[in-house]
Amino acid sequence: MPKTAYYIPIGPIHPALKEPIRVEAEVEGEKIVRVDVKRGFAHRGIEYMGMKRNAIQTLYLSERICGICSISHPYAFVVTAEKALGIEAPPRAQYIRPIIAELERIHSHILWLGVIAHEMGFDSLLFWTWKGREKVLDLLELLTGNRINYSVYMIGGVRRDLKESHIKAIKDAITYYWKFTEQMKEIILSDPVYKARTRGVAQLSKEMALKLNVVGPVARAAGIRMDIRQDMPYDAYADIDVRAVVPQDIVGEAKGDAYDITMVRIYEIEQSLDIIEYCVDNLPEGKILAIPNYPALLAKIRRTKGEAIGAHEAPRGEVVHYLKFDGRDGPSVWKVIAPSYNNINSWAPLLLGAEVADIPIVVAYIDPCMCCNDRVALLKTPEGKVLGYEYIHKKAVEKTKKIEKEVRG
Amino acid sequence: MTPETLFYAVAFPVLGIFLGLTYKGIDRRISARMTSRIGPPIRQPFWDVGKLLLKETVVPENAVKWLFNAMPILAFASSMTLLLYIPFGILKAPLEGYGDLIVILYLLTLQSLAMAVGGFSSGSPFSSVGAQREMVLMMSYEMPLAIVIIGFALLYKSFSLTTIASTPVWTMVSPVAALGVVLLFIALLVVTPAELAKLPFDIAEAETEIAEGMLAEYSGRNLALFYLSDAVRGFAMAAIEAVLFIPFTFSYVFGISLNGAMLYIVESLWFLFKVLIIYIAAVTIVRTSFGRFRIEQASRIFWVHVNLIALLGLALVWLGVR
Repeated sequence: MPKTAYYIPIGPIHPALKEPIRVEAEVEGEKIVRVDVKRGFAHRGIEYMGMKRNAIQTLYLSERICGICSISHPYAFVVTAEKALGIEAPPRAQYIRPIIAELERIHSHILWLGVIAHEMGFDSLLFWTWKGREKVLDLLELLTGNRINYSVYMIGGVRRDLKESHIKAIKDAITYYWKFTEQMKEIILSDPVYKARTRGVAQLSKEMALKLNVVGPVARAAGIRMDIRQDMPYDAYADIDVRAVVPQDIVGEAKGDAYDITMVRIYEIEQSLDIIEYCVDNLPEGKILAIPNYPALLAKIRRTKGEAIGAHEAPRGEVVHYLKFDGRDGPSVWKVIAPSYNNINSWAPLLLGAEVADIPIVVAYIDPCMCCNDRVALLKTPEGKVLGYEYIHKKAVEKTKKIEKEVRG
Repeated sequence: MTPETLFYAVAFPVLGIFLGLTYKGIDRRISARMTSRIGPPIRQPFWDVGKLLLKETVVPENAVKWLFNAMPILAFASSMTLLLYIPFGILKAPLEGYGDLIVILYLLTLQSLAMAVGGFSSGSPFSSVGAQREMVLMMSYEMPLAIVIIGFALLYKSFSLTTIASTPVWTMVSPVAALGVVLLFIALLVVTPAELAKLPFDIAEAETEIAEGMLAEYSGRNLALFYLSDAVRGFAMAAIEAVLFIPFTFSYVFGISLNGAMLYIVESLWFLFKVLIIYIAAVTIVRTSFGRFRIEQASRIFWVHVNLIALLGLALVWLGVR
């Protein structure tokens, strides 16, 4: 973009963005006439680290991909690993897993509602929703021992069982959240300022959504009936009739704007409550781990050669993991696709023609996660030789020097 | 100029800064309590100013330096001057004979204008967008503000604030005109948050959109001056509303006759209480219960809704006076 252009640089550091990404918007008055989204500011190489560890260590590393989807990545990982290794989790574990995953969806959606409210300057709503979110975090702490990285899933089951006291606490929380979602519908969906700021903003048509490959609530708000739990059911979801929440089922038509996505997210909280209720009421008895002995599990992994692809419907959309086991006690290849990777594609077309005031809402409506997008790239020469550490390090140093030179002029 | 006036001329701005910052502290505290937070101590704005004064003042490389540095001083000076025109309870304004409501209107505008010019001169795209928004917003809310002043001029046949403050407005209006004055009061209450750049009309400083807009490039002493002038303007705006619409003294309301030092103390505290009530009603509660509007939505609110209320009020006042 030429330096003479009148453009607003949003990011990599900006109050509307909590993680590094850059949106360069060229404006005429308040209207955005050209936009450029640049990503690639977060470099962690987490997949590369995973391929250096054993499978159990990698599972807990996968929790660290995202701070909010800290159960979604392990869920996709264990589903994939079990498929590759031919292990089936015991029925009780298959019912405990969705309970934790749906509780996470509740906290993630409520968190998002606070974030979008903050982006439009509605901080009271932020504090109110986040206050409501505390209860589910407390519950997760009670069930798993942790508030953020739960470390409760294991290949072939879960590490912690649910006690009677836990079930009572879950039921209490469900009662609380039924009331809370009713209040949210009343307060958020009928608020004139919220409506004024979100109706028609970030509007994605069904055709556009399909073209851009958006996933999760973004796709559902555009009217696409798509949910991994419905399309490719796993664990207890196979026993439950999970139907994707789409606006046309709620109000008759899908506009696909930020208001619709709010509606979808609030109704998804109710769906999660239903799923948790079902799982708690129908919790089977029995053991929680298929192979409780970890050395035995690692030995089985070492003996197995195979690959699999698995997915889980995270609060933001589908998380897809690919794993290949090749005689080591860890994955020889681990590939992750996070929902934000697809959803960020929608920013540029939505921002074009929008107003400056809509930037934070468009940015926030997909619930972006930059650290989810971080990937390691394996570089190959034209001869097919994989480039080693020294070469990549040398290239990185060269690039840094080049950037330094450009910056200093 | 008598020594007494000179004393007031020095004492009023000092008192104004103290009260402005205290009210800001109270506002933050109440807003925090309304959103289930503890909030900062009431003295926090004083620490904020102290911290800003200690920090380095950075001027951007591509800013128009003299303009960039002059605007905070202009804003601060205009808000200080504003204080000298407001009768503090039963105390007379030091500059009462030298200006009227029109001057107050211009002094209020001058500060917003100084911020906008400062934003434009900083050379930052965020500040420029903020300054543009501020100009649009000013054009939107000046009309209802002017209508309120015209309404009072119709009633009193004078623009002088001292004349208005000497006779309570409610005692000299017919029922029809009283209804008109109520409508004017409502219009002014809606204008207040916009005038003070508070939610839902803090569009020019929208933190999540344009990173504090006009103030994005300001730091250190310059930011401290803007901060102070903002605090003082908040107090002054609420004080003007108290003088115009709630002019009743403590002795009048409670039928107690006071004299000597007691009269001044009680009446001053009563005045501060009235200002605080208006401040909380027009700023704290509103900014806590609304999200930010878009600029065109805000403009529509002022040009259509608030203007209609104000014009209707003016028409009723006109009918009542005749």
